[in-house]
Amino acid sequence: MTLPVGAGTDRRIDEILTRFPRRGSALLPALHAIQEEKGFISEEAMVYVAGKVGVSPSFVEGVVSFYTMFQRRPVGRHHIQLCRTLPCALRGCGRILEHFERRLGIREGGKTPDGKFSLVTVECLGTCDTAPMVQINDREYGPLDEAKVDAILASLE
Amino acid sequence: MPFEPLLTRNIAKPASETLEVYLASGGYQGLRRVLKEFTPESFLEEVKTSGLRGRGGAGFPTGVKWGFLPKTRDKPRYLCVNADESEPGTFKDRLLIEKDPHLVLEGIILSAYAIECHTAFFYIRGEFHAGARLFQRAIDEAYARGFLGGNILGSGFDLDLIVYRGAGAYICGEETALLESLEGKRGLPRIKPPFPAVVGLYGCPTIINNVETLANVTLIAERGAAWFAGIGRPRNTGPKLFCVSGHVKRPGVYEEALGVPLPQLLERAGGMLHPDRPLKAVVPGGSSMKILPAANCDVVMDFDSLAAAGSSLGSAGVIVMDSGTCIVWALLNLARFYAHESCGQCTPCREGTGWFVKILERLESGRGMASDPALLVDVAGRVEGNTICPFGEAIAWPVQSYVKAFRGEFEEHVTRRGCPLMAVAAR
Ligand SMILES: Cc1cc2nc3c(=O)[nH]c(=O)nc-3n(C[C@H](O)[C@H](O)[C@H](O)COP(=O)(O)O)c2cc1C
Ligand code: SF4
Ligand code: FES
Repeated sequence: MTLPVGAGTDRRIDEILTRFPRRGSALLPALHAIQEEKGFISEEAMVYVAGKVGVSPSFVEGVVSFYTMFQRRPVGRHHIQLCRTLPCALRGCGRILEHFERRLGIREGGKTPDGKFSLVTVECLGTCDTAPMVQINDREYGPLDEAKVDAILASLE
Repeated sequence: MPFEPLLTRNIAKPASETLEVYLASGGYQGLRRVLKEFTPESFLEEVKTSGLRGRGGAGFPTGVKWGFLPKTRDKPRYLCVNADESEPGTFKDRLLIEKDPHLVLEGIILSAYAIECHTAFFYIRGEFHAGARLFQRAIDEAYARGFLGGNILGSGFDLDLIVYRGAGAYICGEETALLESLEGKRGLPRIKPPFPAVVGLYGCPTIINNVETLANVTLIAERGAAWFAGIGRPRNTGPKLFCVSGHVKRPGVYEEALGVPLPQLLERAGGMLHPDRPLKAVVPGGSSMKILPAANCDVVMDFDSLAAAGSSLGSAGVIVMDSGTCIVWALLNLARFYAHESCGQCTPCREGTGWFVKILERLESGRGMASDPALLVDVAGRVEGNTICPFGEAIAWPVQSYVKAFRGEFEEHVTRRGCPLMAVAAR
């Protein structure tokens, strides 16, 4: 049987399983490990991780759907997460969203046909001092204006 | 006289996150002193005497909370550090985690010693990628130098510390939701009692403390409870990190003694962003707290003073709004946040947040009814006090206070069939 994850991730999850007083706690770190490798969490991966941790696949599905960071489908190579919450809104994140949409030719929630970019809005990222701000994959950028957005997009491979 | 930085004393130094820089500034001397001169009980007393109150939102006295642990020792005890920092307008814990992780780490070790715990967890919100990396590095450095692990500094005290990453859910900052999440489940708050101090992680006695709270414990270990209690105001002691965001020239984290006047804090943040737009309102304690209209902003920033002024210090997320801000639009923005983040367990919270969005959307788009302002307050009253966790209040309070302080503006949205300020607010 082939694993839905690479051998490295499988070994990593085995190590994670030894880390906690109770096995169940390994679920979130295991899901993070899978998503780091695959970019999202497939049905097969959920069944696999359920077996590893010792819970049911439907339990895993409940957990995956509860947390917004876990993706059920592949996102763009550059996943653009624009903060929409009040402190960023006071500094004009609405305008920045429109600019992203225009530049990428997609709407909020969409993905470019080449799979390079996906665009979503997210809630406060705890970085309101650089509002309006965006997190692209695991990096933050801000404060943003239109010119900065253009420069960031141009810099991403 | 500017306040001498205590919590932020290292952050401007190059490589401030490294153990070398921390040690060079006298780091881990407090831990050495406490392990030599204090028993766990006497250090717990010291923290009580300092008057330190929790910096996570509720302002509960830290030493008193620790004292709620059962005296029996038939189960392990756990310490969970709350680094979930997701309250809109709050970004202080992140600064400590990224710029001075050892200040926090020393406080964790000290607090674990006081409560006699040997396994601690650092629950950090999933979006803080750099923070989780930097904190793990600090932990590795601490193990290598004998500040963590077995027989810490030869004292006989053992402590392991494990980083646990959340995955995007505001509610996991609520302490019992945090425990559920740490057990690998959905973050659904638990019914209290039992309180976590008695039945917490894995059913064992557990203390949950905020990052900044624990950083303050380091200061108490270094310079003593009496010194700490001399900072700030009676019952509101110690230094405090304030996060100023919104319409100011220099948004950022500012350290002051508890009790700093709000106008002085806004001055430090550079004053108002646009010279032609005066202050309209401030939310002093993160998005869940009641709004203060400009006329009520002559307050000092501590737990008791803000409670007396009809709001709360909360997470000290100070959100500043100028005269160009539409209050209905601002509340709608927050209502959407709370509707998205409700865990859905309690009907009043799940349904109420949806109602708020619906009513505010129609007001903002010019389809509001004359009865809508009263309806908002009515629904908020049905949410408040009727939910499992304080998230219900976290949306009921903004709704009640925004309508109360700016009733005329809500009514104007009805009579003028839309938002008079929309164009300005969008900027
Ligand atoms: C909805 C909700 C969200 C919360 N989010 C956080 C948070 O992100 N960080 C935090 O430290 N406390 C948060 N709290 C408060 C915690 O439940 C808890 O009171 C706090 O971590 C205790 O630490 P302290 O005594 O050191 O303040 C939240 C509470 C609620 C009701
Ligand atoms: S008040 Fe809201 S967030 Fe809290 S438990 Fe109930 S439904 Fe969940
Ligand atoms: S509101 Fe955008 S980072 Fe806080």
